[in-house]
Amino acid sequence: MDKLNLSKHISSQFNEELEQIRNHVMSMGGLIERQLYDALTAIANNDSELAQQVIENDLKVNDWELQIDKECTRVIAKRQPAASDLRLIMAILKSIADLERIGDETRRIAKVALESFNSDQQDLLVNLDNLGRHVAQMLHDVLDAFARMDVEAALTVHKEDKKVDREYEAITRQLMTYMIEDPRSIPKIMNVLWSARSLERIGDRCKNLSEYIIFFVKGKVVRHSSEEKLEQEVRS
Amino acid sequence: MSLDIDVKIKMSAHNLSVNFAGKKVLDNISLDIPANKVTALIGPSGCGKSSLLRSFNRMNELLEDTQTEGEVLLDGSNIYRAGWDLAELRRRVGIVFQKPNPFPLSIYENVAFGLRLQGVNSARELDVLVCDALEKAALWQEVKHRLYENALTLSGGQQQRLVIARAIAIEPEVLLLDEPASALDPISTLKIEELIYALKQEYTIVIVTHNMQQAARVSDFTAFMNLGQLVEFNATNKIFTDPNESQTEDYITGRFG
Repeated sequence: MDKLNLSKHISSQFNEELEQIRNHVMSMGGLIERQLYDALTAIANNDSELAQQVIENDLKVNDWELQIDKECTRVIAKRQPAASDLRLIMAILKSIADLERIGDETRRIAKVALESFNSDQQDLLVNLDNLGRHVAQMLHDVLDAFARMDVEAALTVHKEDKKVDREYEAITRQLMTYMIEDPRSIPKIMNVLWSARSLERIGDRCKNLSEYIIFFVKGKVVRHSSEEKLEQEVRS
Repeated sequence: MSLDIDVKIKMSAHNLSVNFAGKKVLDNISLDIPANKVTALIGPSGCGKSSLLRSFNRMNELLEDTQTEGEVLLDGSNIYRAGWDLAELRRRVGIVFQKPNPFPLSIYENVAFGLRLQGVNSARELDVLVCDALEKAALWQEVKHRLYENALTLSGGQQQRLVIARAIAIEPEVLLLDEPASALDPISTLKIEELIYALKQEYTIVIVTHNMQQAARVSDFTAFMNLGQLVEFNATNKIFTDPNESQTEDYITGRFG
């Protein structure tokens, strides 16, 4: 909060506008976090009702994106933000695009929960659940880092993505073996594979979110740079 | 402060301090003005930006009880050295003020004024130079049919462009602009800004402005001043996206210092 320094503008109205946008981003993030958690629970418990609810709630996520988008446009038009205020607005605009895509991936995952799986296939879903919990933790951590604009925490999330990628590869290999052994189950397994892919993508997007936090705090664009360079920028 | 990048320097202040009646208004300023670029001076009222601008062509000396220490170099030569011809200095370093101040003469005579002082008397030569200056100041199209009308009949924005035409008619090397658009409407302001952009190909421009968005739009480099001191000098892109000093940040984002 300290780094945001939102309450110190001479214009109290500007303070309020920025504070409101920030609160809306946190609400959008909170909704998506719950969506992902519910989608994973729906798969684990084969709960199609919960899955359906996740699919419907995605519309709310989309609404948040449009709403925050509009608020940011208004601030740019009316206040011409500069320096850290400008970086905050840019970071938020980029973040909500990634958050909305996380919402889309979550909806895709929830769709898998609408399918029925036999007991053998249920084993595959356990692996998916592990990956899911890992990614959900990443999302939680990056939103937390965003709330505090904590670059160290953002860096930790950034590094976590590599682990998620490895887990995803392991699941892919396992699913391929399963498909070779039992070609009849390919359609079902493909769905599981797509979900795993969606989770991996969410990991990537959490990584993007962490880069926007670093951009806001440090004023440096760290997208597409090596892990060493990124660490250097954060510590500089 | 000097810049990291490799640019030709037209003017520079070295350890420049100015006192008005014993009150320090500029405190040990060192600053390089890059050639053929627009340098903006920003800062709160009373920070010394206009005084700094005026020290670049020794206008401060017109005020009583002014003491200047340090040096200001124009192409490497100290303009405060004894023996500088002030008229020549002010020809090379022209200035335009906040309120347009055309002479109560015709539009044509306003621009021809400085040229006549310089000894240009041939009517044909004057015609060419006056037309050229008005064109450069983006005013020719609007006044070509009324050159002999009184300049005071022009609108504020046109008057300001006329004053700029008058300043550039005598071919200065540096153009100092002291809030040239602050008394103008948004459209006239944009015309002046467009003019500044076009003029930097030929001149080195230093502009004082209270409008930060204007500084962001027109300048290549920005100097932020506060309480008579230079706080930060950097590329405008850097200052407005990621300034180094928290004082600069607070000022341009409109926060309490």
